Amino acid sequence: MQGLFLTNENLVEIEQVEFGYGSRPVLKGINLTARKGQVIAIMGNSGCGKTTLLRLIGGQIKPSRGVVRVAGESIGDLDQAGLYRLRRKMGMLFQFGALFTDISVYDNVAYQLREHTDLPEDAIRDLVMMKLHAVGLRGAAHMMPSELSGGMARRVALARAIALEPMLLLYDEPFAGLDPISLGVTGNLIRRLTDTLGLTSLVVTHDIQESLKIVDYVYFVSEGVIEAQGTPKEILASDLPYVHQFVHGEADGPVPFHYPAPAYDDELRLKEQHA
Amino acid sequence: MLKATIEGIGRRTIQGIWRIGFATRFFLLVLFNSGTAFRRIGLTIREIYFTGVLSLIIILVSGLFVGMVLGLQGYETLQTYGSEEALGVLVALSLVRELGPVVAALLFASRAGSAITAEIGLMKATEQLSAMEMMAVNPIARVVAPRFWAGVISMPFLAALFSAMGIFGGYLVGVVLIGVDEGSFWSQMKNAVEFEQDVLNGIIKSVVFGIAITAIALFEGYDAPPTAEGVSGATTRTVVTSSLAVLALDFVLTAFMFRGIS
Repeated sequence: MQGLFLTNENLVEIEQVEFGYGSRPVLKGINLTARKGQVIAIMGNSGCGKTTLLRLIGGQIKPSRGVVRVAGESIGDLDQAGLYRLRRKMGMLFQFGALFTDISVYDNVAYQLREHTDLPEDAIRDLVMMKLHAVGLRGAAHMMPSELSGGMARRVALARAIALEPMLLLYDEPFAGLDPISLGVTGNLIRRLTDTLGLTSLVVTHDIQESLKIVDYVYFVSEGVIEAQGTPKEILASDLPYVHQFVHGEADGPVPFHYPAPAYDDELRLKEQHA
Repeated sequence: MLKATIEGIGRRTIQGIWRIGFATRFFLLVLFNSGTAFRRIGLTIREIYFTGVLSLIIILVSGLFVGMVLGLQGYETLQTYGSEEALGVLVALSLVRELGPVVAALLFASRAGSAITAEIGLMKATEQLSAMEMMAVNPIARVVAPRFWAGVISMPFLAALFSAMGIFGGYLVGVVLIGVDEGSFWSQMKNAVEFEQDVLNGIIKSVVFGIAITAIALFEGYDAPPTAEGVSGATTRTVVTSSLAVLALDFVLTAFMFRGIS
Protein backbone atom coordinates (compact mmCIF):
# COMPACT_ATOMS: atom_id res chain seq x y z
CA MET A 1 0.00 0.00 0.00
CA GLN A 2 2.82 2.38 0.87
CA GLY A 3 3.41 4.94 -1.84
CA LEU A 4 0.21 4.22 -3.73
CA PHE A 5 -0.51 7.92 -4.04
CA LEU A 6 3.11 8.98 -4.22
CA THR A 7 3.76 11.36 -7.13
CA ASN A 8 6.48 13.77 -8.06
CA GLU A 9 4.21 16.71 -7.41
CA ASN A 10 5.15 18.90 -4.46
CA LEU A 11 2.30 19.70 -2.10
CA VAL A 12 4.30 21.86 0.29
CA GLU A 13 7.17 24.07 -0.79
CA ILE A 14 9.07 26.27 1.60
CA GLU A 15 11.68 28.58 0.12
CA GLN A 16 14.17 30.66 2.08
CA VAL A 17 11.70 31.25 4.88
CA GLU A 18 12.68 33.50 7.75
CA PHE A 19 10.65 34.27 10.83
CA GLY A 20 11.19 35.76 14.27
CA TYR A 21 9.21 36.57 17.40
CA GLY A 22 9.92 40.24 18.10
CA SER A 23 13.64 40.74 17.62
CA ARG A 24 14.45 37.05 18.28
CA PRO A 25 14.97 35.18 14.99
CA VAL A 26 13.56 31.64 15.03
CA LEU A 27 13.85 30.51 11.43
CA LYS A 28 16.77 31.77 9.36
CA GLY A 29 16.28 30.64 5.78
CA ILE A 30 14.51 27.28 5.66
CA ASN A 31 14.03 25.25 2.46
CA LEU A 32 11.76 22.24 2.56
CA THR A 33 9.53 20.33 0.17
CA ALA A 34 6.94 17.62 0.73
CA ARG A 35 5.77 15.51 -2.19
CA LYS A 36 2.22 14.26 -2.35
CA GLY A 37 1.80 10.98 -0.50
CA GLN A 38 4.91 11.34 1.64
CA VAL A 39 5.25 11.26 5.41
CA ILE A 40 7.86 13.86 6.29
CA ALA A 41 9.39 14.28 9.72
CA ILE A 42 10.66 17.62 10.94
CA MET A 43 12.99 16.99 13.84
CA GLY A 44 15.12 19.01 16.15
CA ASN A 45 15.62 19.77 19.79
CA SER A 46 13.01 21.69 21.76
CA GLY A 47 12.76 25.34 20.85
CA CYS A 48 14.51 24.99 17.47
CA GLY A 49 11.51 26.34 15.52
CA LYS A 50 9.76 23.12 14.44
CA THR A 51 6.32 24.14 15.67
CA THR A 52 6.81 27.62 14.22
CA LEU A 53 7.39 25.95 10.85
CA LEU A 54 4.11 24.07 11.21
CA ARG A 55 2.26 27.25 12.13
CA LEU A 56 3.69 28.93 9.03
CA ILE A 57 2.39 26.11 6.83
CA GLY A 58 -1.03 26.34 8.49
CA GLY A 59 -1.04 30.10 7.92
CA GLN A 60 -1.40 30.96 11.61
CA ILE A 61 1.65 33.19 11.22
CA LYS A 62 3.21 34.72 8.13
CA PRO A 63 6.90 34.54 7.21
CA SER A 64 8.92 37.74 7.45
CA ARG A 65 10.83 36.67 4.34
CA GLY A 66 10.53 33.83 1.83
CA VAL A 67 7.57 31.86 0.50
CA VAL A 68 5.43 29.07 1.95
CA ARG A 69 3.41 27.37 -0.77
CA VAL A 70 0.70 24.75 -0.20
CA ALA A 71 -0.90 23.19 -3.29
CA GLY A 72 0.68 25.96 -5.35
CA GLU A 73 -0.78 28.82 -3.29
CA SER A 74 1.46 31.21 -1.40
CA ILE A 75 0.14 31.20 2.17
CA GLY A 76 1.53 34.64 3.02
CA ASP A 77 -0.40 36.29 0.16
CA LEU A 78 -3.82 34.83 0.97
CA ASP A 79 -6.53 36.88 2.67
CA GLN A 80 -8.61 35.34 5.46
CA ALA A 81 -11.21 33.90 3.08
CA GLY A 82 -8.50 32.35 0.91
CA LEU A 83 -6.73 30.96 3.94
CA TYR A 84 -9.93 29.42 5.31
CA ARG A 85 -10.66 27.91 1.88
CA LEU A 86 -7.23 26.27 1.88
CA ARG A 87 -7.51 25.16 5.51
CA ARG A 88 -10.57 23.12 4.68
CA LYS A 89 -8.15 20.89 2.79
CA MET A 90 -5.74 20.73 5.72
CA GLY A 91 -5.94 18.94 9.02
CA MET A 92 -3.86 19.55 12.09
CA LEU A 93 -3.23 17.33 15.04
CA PHE A 94 -2.27 19.39 18.07
CA GLN A 95 0.17 18.21 20.70
CA PHE A 96 -2.45 17.19 23.25
CA GLY A 97 -5.32 16.76 20.82
CA ALA A 98 -7.01 20.14 21.50
CA LEU A 99 -10.41 18.43 21.56
CA PHE A 100 -13.38 20.63 22.41
CA THR A 101 -13.94 19.67 26.02
CA ASP A 102 -17.60 20.71 26.22
CA ILE A 103 -18.82 18.29 23.55
CA SER A 104 -18.60 14.50 23.12
CA VAL A 105 -16.13 12.56 20.99
CA TYR A 106 -18.86 12.11 18.37
CA ASP A 107 -19.59 15.84 18.21
CA ASN A 108 -15.89 16.65 18.06
CA VAL A 109 -15.47 14.51 14.95
CA ALA A 110 -18.71 15.84 13.47
CA TYR A 111 -17.73 19.46 14.18
CA GLN A 112 -16.20 20.33 10.83
CA LEU A 113 -18.83 18.39 8.88
CA ARG A 114 -21.56 20.43 10.57
CA GLU A 115 -19.68 23.72 10.17
CA HIS A 116 -18.72 23.34 6.53
CA THR A 117 -21.27 21.05 4.88
CA ASP A 118 -25.03 20.84 4.63
CA LEU A 119 -25.04 17.08 5.00
CA PRO A 120 -28.06 15.56 6.74
CA GLU A 121 -27.44 14.20 10.25
CA ASP A 122 -27.72 10.58 8.98
CA ALA A 123 -24.86 11.08 6.55
CA ILE A 124 -22.80 12.88 9.20
CA ARG A 125 -23.36 9.97 11.57
CA ASP A 126 -22.06 7.47 9.01
CA LEU A 127 -19.01 9.60 8.23
CA VAL A 128 -18.21 10.14 11.92
CA MET A 129 -18.47 6.42 12.62
CA MET A 130 -16.20 5.64 9.66
CA LYS A 131 -13.56 8.08 10.88
CA LEU A 132 -13.80 6.80 14.44
CA HIS A 133 -13.58 3.22 13.16
CA ALA A 134 -10.42 4.12 11.25
CA VAL A 135 -8.75 5.13 14.52
CA GLY A 136 -10.28 2.22 16.42
CA LEU A 137 -12.52 4.29 18.68
CA ARG A 138 -16.03 3.74 17.30
CA GLY A 139 -16.97 2.44 20.75
CA ALA A 140 -15.91 5.69 22.41
CA ALA A 141 -18.24 7.92 20.37
CA HIS A 142 -20.47 8.78 23.33
CA MET A 143 -17.60 9.57 25.71
CA MET A 144 -16.53 13.05 26.76
CA PRO A 145 -12.93 14.17 26.10
CA SER A 146 -12.22 14.26 29.85
CA GLU A 147 -12.89 10.51 30.01
CA LEU A 148 -10.25 9.64 27.41
CA SER A 149 -6.63 8.65 28.00
CA GLY A 150 -3.90 10.74 26.34
CA GLY A 151 -3.47 8.23 23.53
CA MET A 152 -7.21 7.97 22.89
CA ALA A 153 -7.57 11.77 22.83
CA ARG A 154 -4.80 11.93 20.23
CA ARG A 155 -6.63 9.33 18.10
CA VAL A 156 -9.96 11.16 18.37
CA ALA A 157 -8.16 14.34 17.32
CA LEU A 158 -6.79 12.42 14.36
CA ALA A 159 -10.29 11.26 13.41
CA ARG A 160 -11.46 14.87 13.67
CA ALA A 161 -8.54 16.08 11.54
CA ILE A 162 -9.41 13.67 8.70
CA ALA A 163 -13.16 14.32 8.87
CA LEU A 164 -13.20 16.47 5.73
CA GLU A 165 -10.67 14.21 3.95
CA PRO A 166 -7.84 16.74 3.78
CA MET A 167 -4.91 16.61 1.37
CA LEU A 168 -2.39 17.67 4.01
CA LEU A 169 -2.12 16.66 7.64
CA LEU A 170 0.13 18.51 10.07
CA TYR A 171 1.10 16.84 13.34
CA ASP A 172 2.54 18.75 16.27
CA GLU A 173 4.45 16.29 18.48
CA PRO A 174 2.00 13.41 18.01
CA PHE A 175 4.12 11.06 20.14
CA ALA A 176 4.67 13.33 23.15
CA GLY A 177 3.72 11.73 26.46
CA LEU A 178 2.39 8.44 25.07
CA ASP A 179 2.97 4.95 26.45
CA PRO A 180 4.79 2.47 24.13
CA ILE A 181 1.56 0.84 22.92
CA SER A 182 -0.15 4.15 22.11
CA LEU A 183 3.10 5.28 20.52
CA GLY A 184 3.09 2.33 18.11
CA VAL A 185 -0.64 2.69 17.43
CA THR A 186 -0.31 6.41 16.63
CA GLY A 187 2.74 5.86 14.42
CA ASN A 188 1.00 3.12 12.46
CA LEU A 189 -2.13 5.22 12.09
CA ILE A 190 -0.17 8.13 10.64
CA ARG A 191 1.43 5.86 8.05
CA ARG A 192 -1.75 3.93 7.26
CA LEU A 193 -4.01 6.98 6.94
CA THR A 194 -1.47 8.74 4.74
CA ASP A 195 -1.32 5.75 2.42
CA THR A 196 -5.00 4.87 2.29
CA LEU A 197 -6.41 8.39 2.09
CA GLY A 198 -3.73 9.73 -0.24
CA LEU A 199 -2.67 12.38 2.25
CA THR A 200 0.61 14.11 2.72
CA SER A 201 1.78 14.18 6.32
CA LEU A 202 4.19 16.55 8.01
CA VAL A 203 5.17 15.32 11.44
CA VAL A 204 6.95 17.60 13.88
CA THR A 205 8.56 15.38 16.47
CA HIS A 206 11.62 14.60 18.47
CA ASP A 207 10.77 10.95 18.88
CA ILE A 208 13.51 9.50 16.75
CA GLN A 209 12.82 5.77 17.14
CA GLU A 210 9.10 5.87 16.40
CA SER A 211 9.23 8.36 13.57
CA LEU A 212 12.10 6.77 11.66
CA LYS A 213 9.97 3.61 11.37
CA ILE A 214 7.18 5.35 9.50
CA VAL A 215 8.52 8.37 7.62
CA ASP A 216 9.82 8.72 4.07
CA TYR A 217 12.10 11.67 4.59
CA VAL A 218 13.54 13.60 7.52
CA TYR A 219 14.52 17.26 7.95
CA PHE A 220 16.62 18.21 10.94
CA VAL A 221 16.16 21.77 12.13
CA SER A 222 18.75 23.35 14.37
CA GLU A 223 19.13 26.99 15.32
CA GLY A 224 16.65 28.01 12.65
CA VAL A 225 18.25 26.28 9.66
CA ILE A 226 17.98 22.82 8.09
CA GLU A 227 21.02 21.13 9.57
CA ALA A 228 20.58 17.79 7.78
CA GLN A 229 18.08 15.92 5.66
CA GLY A 230 17.64 12.50 4.11
CA THR A 231 15.80 9.19 4.22
CA PRO A 232 15.67 7.38 7.58
CA LYS A 233 18.52 5.11 6.41
CA GLU A 234 20.70 8.06 5.50
CA ILE A 235 19.93 9.74 8.81
CA LEU A 236 20.83 6.64 10.82
CA ALA A 237 24.10 6.36 8.92
CA SER A 238 24.89 10.07 9.16
CA ASP A 239 28.13 11.09 10.82
CA LEU A 240 27.19 14.77 11.13
CA PRO A 241 27.89 15.63 14.79
CA TYR A 242 24.44 17.20 15.39
CA VAL A 243 22.52 14.28 13.84
CA HIS A 244 24.72 11.79 15.68
CA GLN A 245 24.07 13.50 18.99
CA PHE A 246 20.33 13.64 18.33
CA VAL A 247 19.93 10.05 17.09
CA HIS A 248 21.97 8.63 19.96
CA GLY A 249 20.57 10.98 22.57
CA GLU A 250 23.96 12.17 23.81
CA ALA A 251 23.82 14.75 26.58
CA ASP A 252 26.61 16.93 25.26
CA GLY A 253 27.75 17.77 21.75
CA PRO A 254 26.92 20.46 19.21
CA VAL A 255 23.84 21.10 21.36
CA PRO A 256 25.61 21.84 24.66
CA PHE A 257 24.40 20.54 28.01
CA HIS A 258 24.92 23.95 29.61
CA TYR A 259 22.86 26.94 28.65
CA PRO A 260 25.23 29.86 27.93
CA ALA A 261 26.32 31.33 31.27
CA PRO A 262 29.23 33.28 32.76
CA ALA A 263 32.33 31.22 33.65
CA TYR A 264 31.64 28.82 36.53
CA ASP A 265 34.63 30.08 38.59
CA ASP A 266 33.44 33.66 38.31
CA GLU A 267 29.89 32.71 39.22
CA LEU A 268 31.00 30.98 42.43
CA ARG A 269 33.59 33.71 43.11
CA LEU A 270 36.21 31.02 43.74
CA LYS A 271 39.13 33.26 42.79
CA GLU A 272 38.06 35.97 45.26
CA GLN A 273 37.79 33.45 48.06
CA HIS A 274 41.29 32.03 47.36
CA ALA A 275 42.85 35.48 47.14
CA MET B 1 17.57 54.92 39.68
CA LEU B 2 15.44 57.88 38.56
CA LYS B 3 16.05 57.02 34.92
CA ALA B 4 14.92 53.43 35.51
CA THR B 5 11.76 54.61 37.26
CA ILE B 6 10.87 56.98 34.43
CA GLU B 7 11.63 54.27 31.88
CA GLY B 8 9.40 51.88 33.80
CA ILE B 9 6.54 54.37 33.83
CA GLY B 10 7.02 55.02 30.12
CA ARG B 11 7.10 51.32 29.29
CA ARG B 12 3.93 50.63 31.26
CA THR B 13 2.16 53.58 29.66
CA ILE B 14 3.08 52.39 26.18
CA GLN B 15 2.00 48.83 27.04
CA GLY B 16 -1.28 50.16 28.44
CA ILE B 17 -1.98 52.15 25.28
CA TRP B 18 -1.14 49.11 23.14
CA ARG B 19 -3.58 47.04 25.17
CA ILE B 20 -6.35 49.62 24.76
CA GLY B 21 -5.65 49.52 21.03
CA PHE B 22 -5.82 45.72 20.97
CA ALA B 23 -9.01 45.73 23.02
CA THR B 24 -10.66 48.26 20.68
CA ARG B 25 -9.64 46.26 17.65
CA PHE B 26 -10.95 43.08 19.31
CA PHE B 27 -14.25 44.76 20.14
CA LEU B 28 -14.67 45.96 16.53
CA LEU B 29 -13.81 42.47 15.27
CA VAL B 30 -16.50 40.99 17.51
CA LEU B 31 -19.09 43.46 16.18
CA PHE B 32 -17.96 42.83 12.61
CA ASN B 33 -18.21 39.06 13.07
CA SER B 34 -21.57 39.06 14.84
CA GLY B 35 -23.53 37.68 11.88
CA THR B 36 -23.13 34.07 12.98
CA ALA B 37 -24.43 34.84 16.48
CA PHE B 38 -27.79 35.85 14.96
CA ARG B 39 -27.91 33.53 11.93
CA ARG B 40 -27.35 30.56 14.20
CA ILE B 41 -29.35 31.90 17.10
CA GLY B 42 -29.06 28.54 18.90
CA LEU B 43 -25.42 29.37 19.68
CA THR B 44 -26.43 32.62 21.40
CA ILE B 45 -29.38 31.04 23.23
CA ARG B 46 -27.05 28.38 24.64
CA GLU B 47 -24.80 31.12 25.99
CA ILE B 48 -27.78 33.07 27.39
CA TYR B 49 -28.48 29.95 29.41
CA PHE B 50 -24.91 29.76 30.73
CA THR B 51 -24.42 33.47 31.46
CA GLY B 52 -27.96 34.65 32.16
CA VAL B 53 -30.09 31.79 33.42
CA LEU B 54 -27.38 30.32 35.63
CA SER B 55 -26.82 33.76 37.21
CA LEU B 56 -30.48 33.95 38.23
CA ILE B 57 -30.12 32.42 41.69
CA ILE B 58 -27.47 34.86 42.90
CA ILE B 59 -29.28 37.82 41.30
CA LEU B 60 -32.68 36.96 42.77
CA VAL B 61 -31.44 36.18 46.27
CA SER B 62 -29.23 39.31 46.36
CA GLY B 63 -32.10 41.43 45.04
CA LEU B 64 -34.39 40.17 47.78
CA PHE B 65 -31.91 40.96 50.55
CA VAL B 66 -30.94 44.36 49.16
CA GLY B 67 -34.65 45.26 48.97
CA MET B 68 -35.24 44.06 52.53
CA VAL B 69 -32.33 46.14 53.83
CA LEU B 70 -33.64 49.15 51.88
CA GLY B 71 -37.03 48.60 53.52
CA LEU B 72 -35.52 48.60 57.01
CA GLN B 73 -33.13 51.50 56.50
CA GLY B 74 -35.64 53.55 54.53
CA TYR B 75 -38.33 53.10 57.15
CA GLU B 76 -35.95 54.20 59.91
CA THR B 77 -35.11 57.43 58.10
CA LEU B 78 -38.56 58.23 56.72
CA GLN B 79 -40.19 57.64 60.08
CA THR B 80 -38.16 60.54 61.51
CA TYR B 81 -39.95 62.85 59.12
CA GLY B 82 -43.28 61.12 59.48
CA SER B 83 -43.42 60.10 55.84
CA GLU B 84 -43.09 56.32 56.07
CA GLU B 85 -45.79 55.94 53.38
CA ALA B 86 -43.14 57.10 50.90
CA LEU B 87 -41.18 53.88 51.59
CA GLY B 88 -42.43 52.37 48.32
CA VAL B 89 -41.07 55.35 46.37
CA LEU B 90 -37.71 55.20 48.08
CA VAL B 91 -37.30 51.47 47.55
CA ALA B 92 -38.47 51.54 43.93
CA LEU B 93 -36.48 54.58 42.82
CA SER B 94 -33.28 53.41 44.52
CA LEU B 95 -33.57 50.04 42.85
CA VAL B 96 -34.77 50.99 39.40
CA ARG B 97 -32.43 53.95 38.93
CA GLU B 98 -29.28 52.74 40.66
CA LEU B 99 -29.07 49.59 42.71
CA GLY B 100 -30.78 47.30 40.20
CA PRO B 101 -28.49 47.98 37.25
CA VAL B 102 -25.32 48.53 39.32
CA VAL B 103 -25.49 45.70 41.86
CA ALA B 104 -26.81 43.24 39.27
CA ALA B 105 -23.92 44.26 37.01
CA LEU B 106 -21.36 43.79 39.78
CA LEU B 107 -22.79 40.35 40.55
CA PHE B 108 -22.89 39.52 36.84
CA ALA B 109 -19.22 40.52 36.51
CA SER B 110 -18.15 38.21 39.29
CA ARG B 111 -20.47 35.32 38.41
CA ALA B 112 -20.60 35.29 34.59
CA GLY B 113 -17.69 37.59 33.60
CA SER B 114 -15.12 35.53 35.47
CA ALA B 115 -16.54 32.29 34.02
CA ILE B 116 -16.35 33.67 30.48
CA THR B 117 -12.71 34.75 30.93
CA ALA B 118 -11.68 31.43 32.46
CA GLU B 119 -13.44 29.45 29.75
CA ILE B 120 -12.02 31.42 26.81
CA GLY B 121 -8.58 31.55 28.45
CA LEU B 122 -8.53 27.79 28.96
CA MET B 123 -9.80 27.18 25.44
CA LYS B 124 -6.83 29.22 24.25
CA ALA B 125 -4.36 27.52 26.59
CA THR B 126 -5.47 24.04 25.45
CA GLU B 127 -5.21 25.15 21.80
CA GLN B 128 -8.95 24.69 21.18
CA LEU B 129 -9.13 28.14 19.58
CA SER B 130 -6.13 27.36 17.35
CA ALA B 131 -7.71 24.03 16.43
CA MET B 132 -10.87 25.88 15.45
CA GLU B 133 -8.88 28.28 13.29
CA MET B 134 -7.10 25.39 11.62
CA MET B 135 -10.53 23.90 10.86
CA ALA B 136 -11.36 27.10 8.98
CA VAL B 137 -13.83 28.17 11.69
CA ASN B 138 -13.41 31.74 12.91
CA PRO B 139 -13.31 31.59 16.74
CA ILE B 140 -14.37 35.24 17.05
CA ALA B 141 -17.57 34.51 15.12
CA ARG B 142 -18.18 31.03 16.55
CA VAL B 143 -17.13 31.39 20.20
CA VAL B 144 -16.72 35.06 21.12
CA ALA B 145 -19.62 36.85 19.39
CA PRO B 146 -22.42 34.56 20.70
CA ARG B 147 -21.09 35.02 24.25
CA PHE B 148 -20.93 38.77 23.76
CA TRP B 149 -24.51 39.10 22.59
CA ALA B 150 -25.72 36.66 25.23
CA GLY B 151 -24.21 38.94 27.90
CA VAL B 152 -25.67 42.09 26.36
CA ILE B 153 -29.14 40.52 26.14
CA SER B 154 -29.06 38.91 29.60
CA MET B 155 -27.93 41.95 31.58
CA PRO B 156 -31.09 44.13 31.34
CA PHE B 157 -33.30 41.15 32.23
CA LEU B 158 -31.14 40.33 35.23
CA ALA B 159 -31.19 43.97 36.36
CA ALA B 160 -34.99 44.11 35.96
CA LEU B 161 -35.43 40.89 37.93
CA PHE B 162 -33.06 42.20 40.60
CA SER B 163 -35.17 45.37 40.95
CA ALA B 164 -38.42 43.40 40.99
CA MET B 165 -37.12 41.08 43.70
CA GLY B 166 -35.80 44.10 45.61
CA ILE B 167 -39.17 45.84 45.54
CA PHE B 168 -40.76 42.63 46.75
CA GLY B 169 -38.18 42.49 49.58
CA GLY B 170 -38.95 46.10 50.50
CA TYR B 171 -42.66 45.25 50.51
CA LEU B 172 -42.08 42.22 52.74
CA VAL B 173 -40.18 44.24 55.34
CA GLY B 174 -42.09 47.53 55.03
CA VAL B 175 -45.66 46.38 54.63
CA VAL B 176 -45.85 42.81 55.91
CA LEU B 177 -43.35 43.05 58.76
CA ILE B 178 -43.44 46.68 59.93
CA GLY B 179 -46.97 47.51 58.85
CA VAL B 180 -46.64 50.48 56.49
CA ASP B 181 -49.94 51.10 54.73
CA GLU B 182 -50.08 48.85 51.69
CA GLY B 183 -52.19 51.17 49.58
CA SER B 184 -49.90 54.16 49.96
CA PHE B 185 -46.82 51.96 49.54
CA TRP B 186 -47.92 50.94 46.05
CA SER B 187 -49.84 54.06 44.94
CA GLN B 188 -47.07 56.49 45.88
CA MET B 189 -44.59 54.24 44.08
CA LYS B 190 -46.83 54.16 41.00
CA ASN B 191 -47.13 57.96 40.96
CA ALA B 192 -43.45 58.70 41.54
CA VAL B 193 -41.77 56.21 39.23
CA GLU B 194 -41.81 57.37 35.61
CA PHE B 195 -41.26 54.94 32.82
CA GLU B 196 -39.00 57.06 30.64
CA GLN B 197 -37.07 58.87 33.34
CA ASP B 198 -36.53 55.96 35.68
CA VAL B 199 -37.24 52.56 34.17
CA LEU B 200 -35.92 53.23 30.67
CA ASN B 201 -32.79 54.93 31.97
CA GLY B 202 -32.21 51.93 34.24
CA ILE B 203 -32.53 49.61 31.25
CA ILE B 204 -30.13 51.73 29.19
CA LYS B 205 -27.63 51.61 32.07
CA SER B 206 -27.85 47.84 32.33
CA VAL B 207 -27.36 47.40 28.58
CA VAL B 208 -24.23 49.59 28.72
CA PHE B 209 -22.95 47.61 31.73
CA GLY B 210 -23.67 44.36 29.87
CA ILE B 211 -21.61 45.53 26.89
CA ALA B 212 -18.73 46.66 29.12
CA ILE B 213 -18.57 43.55 31.32
CA THR B 214 -18.88 41.01 28.53
CA ALA B 215 -16.43 42.83 26.26
CA ILE B 216 -13.85 43.06 29.06
CA ALA B 217 -14.37 39.41 30.06
CA LEU B 218 -14.01 38.17 26.49
CA PHE B 219 -10.97 40.30 25.75
CA GLU B 220 -9.21 39.26 28.95
CA GLY B 221 -9.86 35.59 28.14
CA TYR B 222 -8.76 35.92 24.53
CA ASP B 223 -5.66 37.88 25.50
CA ALA B 224 -4.69 35.69 28.49
CA PRO B 225 -1.21 34.14 28.38
CA PRO B 226 -1.78 30.39 27.82
CA THR B 227 -0.63 29.34 31.30
CA ALA B 228 -2.27 28.66 34.66
CA GLU B 229 -1.09 32.00 36.07
CA GLY B 230 -2.09 33.73 32.86
CA VAL B 231 -5.68 32.53 33.07
CA SER B 232 -6.02 33.16 36.80
CA GLY B 233 -4.57 36.68 36.39
CA ALA B 234 -6.95 37.39 33.53
CA THR B 235 -9.94 36.19 35.57
CA THR B 236 -9.01 38.50 38.44
CA ARG B 237 -8.49 41.41 36.03
CA THR B 238 -11.93 40.80 34.53
CA VAL B 239 -13.68 41.14 37.88
CA VAL B 240 -11.63 44.15 39.00
CA THR B 241 -11.68 46.05 35.69
CA SER B 242 -15.31 45.40 34.86
CA SER B 243 -16.48 46.30 38.40
CA LEU B 244 -14.58 49.59 38.23
CA ALA B 245 -15.88 50.18 34.71
CA VAL B 246 -19.45 49.64 35.90
CA LEU B 247 -19.07 52.15 38.74
CA ALA B 248 -17.35 54.75 36.56
CA LEU B 249 -19.86 54.33 33.73
CA ASP B 250 -22.69 54.58 36.24
CA PHE B 251 -21.44 57.98 37.35
CA VAL B 252 -21.12 59.24 33.78
CA LEU B 253 -24.52 57.89 32.74
CA THR B 254 -26.24 59.22 35.85
CA ALA B 255 -24.70 62.65 35.28
CA PHE B 256 -26.16 62.73 31.78
CA MET B 257 -29.52 61.14 32.56
CA PHE B 258 -30.60 62.95 35.69
CA ARG B 259 -29.08 66.39 35.26
CA GLY B 260 -32.47 67.91 34.47
CA ILE B 261 -34.19 66.62 37.59
CA SER B 262 -34.72 69.18 40.27
